[in-house]
Amino acid sequence: MAPGKNGQGLPTLVWFSLALLVTWLILPLLPLAVWSVSRSWYFPDLLPSAYSARAWTYVFSPTSDILPALGRTALIALGATFLSALVGLPAGRALGLYQFRGKAIVELLILAPTIVPGIAVALGLHVVFLKLGLAGTAGGVVIVHLIPTLPYMVLVMAGIFSNYNPDAEAQARSLGAGYFQTFYYVTLPAILPGLLIGSLFAFLVSWSQYILTLLIGSGRVVTLPLLLFNFASAGRNDITGAISIIYILPGILLLFLGARHLTGRNRTLENLKQI
Amino acid sequence: MTDVTLEKLTKSYPGADRPAVDNISIDIGSGSLTALLGPSASGKSTVLKMIAGLLSPSSGDILFDGRSVLRQPPDKRDAVLVFQEHLLFPYMTVAENIGFGLKMRRRPKDEISSAVDGMMELMQLDGLAARKPNQLSGGQQQRVALARALVLRPKLLLLDEPFSSLDANLRVEMQGLLRTLHAEFDTTMLFVTHDQEEAVALADSIALLLDGKLRQHDTPDGFYARPQDRSVATFFGAKNFIEGQRQAGIFDCAFGQIRLPDNAPVGGHTLTFRPENVKLVSEAGGINSFPAIIKSIQFLGSQTRLQLTSSDIRFEALVSPFSAASLQSGQQVMVQLPPEVLWLVP
Repeated sequence: MAPGKNGQGLPTLVWFSLALLVTWLILPLLPLAVWSVSRSWYFPDLLPSAYSARAWTYVFSPTSDILPALGRTALIALGATFLSALVGLPAGRALGLYQFRGKAIVELLILAPTIVPGIAVALGLHVVFLKLGLAGTAGGVVIVHLIPTLPYMVLVMAGIFSNYNPDAEAQARSLGAGYFQTFYYVTLPAILPGLLIGSLFAFLVSWSQYILTLLIGSGRVVTLPLLLFNFASAGRNDITGAISIIYILPGILLLFLGARHLTGRNRTLENLKQI
Repeated sequence: MTDVTLEKLTKSYPGADRPAVDNISIDIGSGSLTALLGPSASGKSTVLKMIAGLLSPSSGDILFDGRSVLRQPPDKRDAVLVFQEHLLFPYMTVAENIGFGLKMRRRPKDEISSAVDGMMELMQLDGLAARKPNQLSGGQQQRVALARALVLRPKLLLLDEPFSSLDANLRVEMQGLLRTLHAEFDTTMLFVTHDQEEAVALADSIALLLDGKLRQHDTPDGFYARPQDRSVATFFGAKNFIEGQRQAGIFDCAFGQIRLPDNAPVGGHTLTFRPENVKLVSEAGGINSFPAIIKSIQFLGSQTRLQLTSSDIRFEALVSPFSAASLQSGQQVMVQLPPEVLWLVP
């Protein structure tokens, strides 16, 4: 390896941030990984006294609900992401592009779910969802997940659209592009970085919902966080560790995918300012 | 080529105290190069967007070759609008930008690429096919924007302030290019400008909009020789308006009995003449000649501006610096207004 090729030129600040990232984000995950393969691990031992693969065997066994719950959680998160994109795109466009009376109030209302405690919202909504027959269904859970996911999507899209010139669409129409062609060739490339970032947030927020899923799902829609809490409160640290590892995988995966687009985002934004 | 007719075209926005475009009727001849001239907020860009189909009129009609196009969406109208800011698509190359419209029309790939190549050659964009718009100069971006519209061979090309973002030299070059393209393509061209000189230099006919209303549609020289009213004349730089009484072929005013041209409009109460048409003469006795006193002399480079008064009426003259060389402020001179440079406005 060529000396000094990696690292030597990096400024101290970068090293410092990397160290912070590792200690705060990666290190806490290590005990989870160790728990997932431990048989007995008691205080004050630094490492487990006996190891076992039983937690992982349980996770992958057909009798456990963990893999189906993984699929369920993913489908619900995808559904909530898709729906919040569907609503968030036009809403963000309106907030980013147009000035209208009461805009500040609308923005505050959109932010409200991130401020008001979820349990209060969920208890209030439960009655409504019961009346609508949505309580205890996956569809109901998807819809209730919009409460925490939408603010992220809307705010990200509003930011993107505040840098966007809608005349580009008019220009495309005049050059002969239909509605869908204009969206696909002109609007979408311009807003794609924001759409990806917003979707990433929405997916992860939905992925980590506990209270809303528990209350609106009436305990019948079992997702990964619900199982995780069950095993954690039952004191099954080995299975809790194994589920945790599975649980954080999408986050890490999306973070890496998102990071690539995050760097690409600056370029797209620059281009946007050009038009 | 398309003959464009606007019939009582009106666009009003809720809450505005007057319509942005107010009852405009005009016929833009097929194959013409017409300027829509007006100060900012005169409604000229609104007219352009309505013709392109990007805005729908509140009332009135737009006809291409006698057929209403109001039901046609912008992508189906045979009119292409080029926006003021070029609006090149940033993530597409120059070639992809120029080929955009053809691609949207689902033309075969080889047809698109040969059309794009031809257009790039014509617009002197050779070698730039793979560039992105942000790697182009302002003039090149302008040419790509024009090429992107012209490659579609539209029957009607609409240009919104096409040269306003370019510096003076480039503007003259692009104006020349536009005239060449107009001669080469069988396209009716309509462009919007706030620059009276640009409209005069470029267009075969000018439609002047003031406050959303069409004030005059005429040849460029018509605005100088036969302004419709005082505000039109003022917009084109007229300074001299003399009140008086018309009696047959004579205008009775402070300057005396001024003889009018035969075609002076009936019902005019104000005499107007352009500063550059005021003649300084050496002796009294000619038609429409009278004495005046020089109040001030201002050297403008290629011309010299004289502020004059006669019978306490102020007026302005523009003369060549050569003939103004011997003049002094306070001096009395003889002024002549040949009847053919006079005009009456209401």
